[in-house]
Amino acid sequence: MTTPAVGWTEELARARLHVVTGKGGTGKTTVAAALALALATGGRRVLLVEVEGRQGIAQLFDAAPLPYSEERIASAPGGGEVRALAVDAEAALLEYLSMFYNLGFAGRTLRKMGAIEFATTLAPGLRDVLLTGKVKECVRRTGPGGRHAYDAVVLDAPPTGRVVQFLDVTKAMADLAKVGPIKGQSEGVVKLLHSGDAAVHLVALLEEMPVRETLDAVAELDAADLRPGAVVVNRARPPRLPARSVPAAADGRVDDSRVRAGLTAAGLDLSEEDLEGLVEETVEHAIRVRLEQQARAHLAEADLPALELPELADGIDPAGLYELAERLVAQGVR
Amino acid sequence: MTEPAQPEPAARPSRLDIDALIDNPDTQVLVCCGSGGVGKTTVAAALAVRAAQRGRRTVVLTIDPARRLAQSLGLRELDNQPRPVRFAGFEPKGELHAMMLDMRRTFDDMVLAHAGKERAAQILANPFYQTISTSFSGTQEYMAMEKLGQLAASGQWDLIVVDTPPSRSALDFLDAPQRLSTVLDGKLIRLLSAPARAGGIGIRKLVGAGFGLFTKAISTIVGGQLLTDASSFVQAFDSMFGGFRERARKTYQLLRSPGTGFLVVAAPEPDALREASYFAERLSAEQMPLAGLVANRTHPVLAELSEARAVAAADGLDRAGDAPLAAAVLRLHADRVAMADRERRLLTRFTRAHPTVPVIGVPALPTDVHDLAGLHEIGYRLAGE
Repeated sequence: MTTPAVGWTEELARARLHVVTGKGGTGKTTVAAALALALATGGRRVLLVEVEGRQGIAQLFDAAPLPYSEERIASAPGGGEVRALAVDAEAALLEYLSMFYNLGFAGRTLRKMGAIEFATTLAPGLRDVLLTGKVKECVRRTGPGGRHAYDAVVLDAPPTGRVVQFLDVTKAMADLAKVGPIKGQSEGVVKLLHSGDAAVHLVALLEEMPVRETLDAVAELDAADLRPGAVVVNRARPPRLPARSVPAAADGRVDDSRVRAGLTAAGLDLSEEDLEGLVEETVEHAIRVRLEQQARAHLAEADLPALELPELADGIDPAGLYELAERLVAQGVR
Repeated sequence: MTEPAQPEPAARPSRLDIDALIDNPDTQVLVCCGSGGVGKTTVAAALAVRAAQRGRRTVVLTIDPARRLAQSLGLRELDNQPRPVRFAGFEPKGELHAMMLDMRRTFDDMVLAHAGKERAAQILANPFYQTISTSFSGTQEYMAMEKLGQLAASGQWDLIVVDTPPSRSALDFLDAPQRLSTVLDGKLIRLLSAPARAGGIGIRKLVGAGFGLFTKAISTIVGGQLLTDASSFVQAFDSMFGGFRERARKTYQLLRSPGTGFLVVAAPEPDALREASYFAERLSAEQMPLAGLVANRTHPVLAELSEARAVAAADGLDRAGDAPLAAAVLRLHADRVAMADRERRLLTRFTRAHPTVPVIGVPALPTDVHDLAGLHEIGYRLAGE
């Protein structure tokens, strides 16, 4: 692997809410889960939250769909524990209303009629306020003795294109009632999200579009006065070619007689066609490595702490998540 | 069991023949679906380029394309009209037009076409309409359907290729219009804004006093003004709603007709293929024609040499230390074999669940596509050339 990324800073270690976002397809749910396991390592209690109703966490951990409650989903090395919660805006709204009004059976009936879906449609910002409100409640909840119920909360947030809108509760509230309980609640959310207790991590692949979206998101977060955390380069693949061979190979120049000689030395006698195939694979690999170098340089412009996770050959299963968590711990995540 | 023995499901899918599909004069609409980030828009554009080259009068409706891809089609702005695509130094046998969906303008046009002038002005100025027409999460899908309906009704095109809105789920394209309909239908809003006059006696009986509380709670939360806006919007909109629903129904019919084919685009990754599976099941439940699966960005192996032999040989060379280039070539080949094996396993799993769905793998280009030459190349690969 290339130079080890400068991982976790003191500041990030102090954060209690870790928001994870990324362009669609970059693996943000996987990274969020691995981060939760990494943070729980050594005996801490961590809550992993999803908000998009896709049950991505359950699928990742090979578990049954999550109910609207905080269920233990994994244990971490050293006695830690990860719980998971799928927040659903409707349930959050009902829960929230029941704190102020006695709805009785009405709540359930209205839900069946789709009235709650409708209310959140009336004011699209309402949905986000409810979801972030629930997250805030989890971050701030304390148990007996005043200890926080969770040492850290990891939020698998909407993708980069929507994340600032999602987190910018102040803006959403502009559409909503100017008084009343939800106003008070959202002020607490704003306070948390804009404090040192929260950090927004960005998952990227070393490809042009995900990198551009990451940089755009960093700028948007800055503009909204939200704090970008670390950039997590996901699914990094090892560069195999010696660095000095990359530029020539990427331009299609591979010394096939040297390759042939090396193969012969290794006792491989390949057909001309197979040799051509190997050379073509090498050129494609070199082009990719060159693009990755450009992407890396481009990402560095964000000037954020960086972490890196490898592509796992067998794909992601629960065992793979532990492997990724270990990599994060090795890079300083705590 | 008394059922006759079923033949073992074939582990190999039948090959999706793209050229046969786009050459067939009966194919009038091709809808490219799939979860976000799988290259849907690129595949749609490449299909359209190829169809035009093979002689069909083709239009591609793209939704939110990456800027460079849009530019490669000559699209510089959202103008909601098909524009001819120019091929530098080359005349296609058919024609290619491209357009980007402008959902707000499509919605405005619909309102203008259906409501009287005065009423239309009233609707367009309503703040609630502005929310619905720009940020409601079903509007883009609904308007894509509407635009498809218009393109089909114009009779100008042999083939319409439709890209679907970026969403996490391929199913959104089918479900979102229904969600919007539910909102516009207005039953609920009448209940919420004026429960006393709504005549919803059954519901009030069921829900009892809680309902009034709920209305009160909702209006405390979203604000009285918003409810008022919503209510006047629904009243203004009511008279045209029948027309809207009728159009949506017709487009839905078009999607179920034999002239339509759905192509599910998926990266050879577990999440994307899981979405593709859901979508395939849904289409078959809706009796909509699934033409096939496009497995986009595969990494076929280009040399016949097993992973184990390649790694062993590379280890040997590294020990001797005298052929670093050949050792690197062997290792990157071994990586590629592992990746190809994984992709094949994932696709086999899909085929086992959907044995009748034809599949075509599109080998990944090493770079992003941002010009017509790139789309042309993807077209080749789509056709298995």
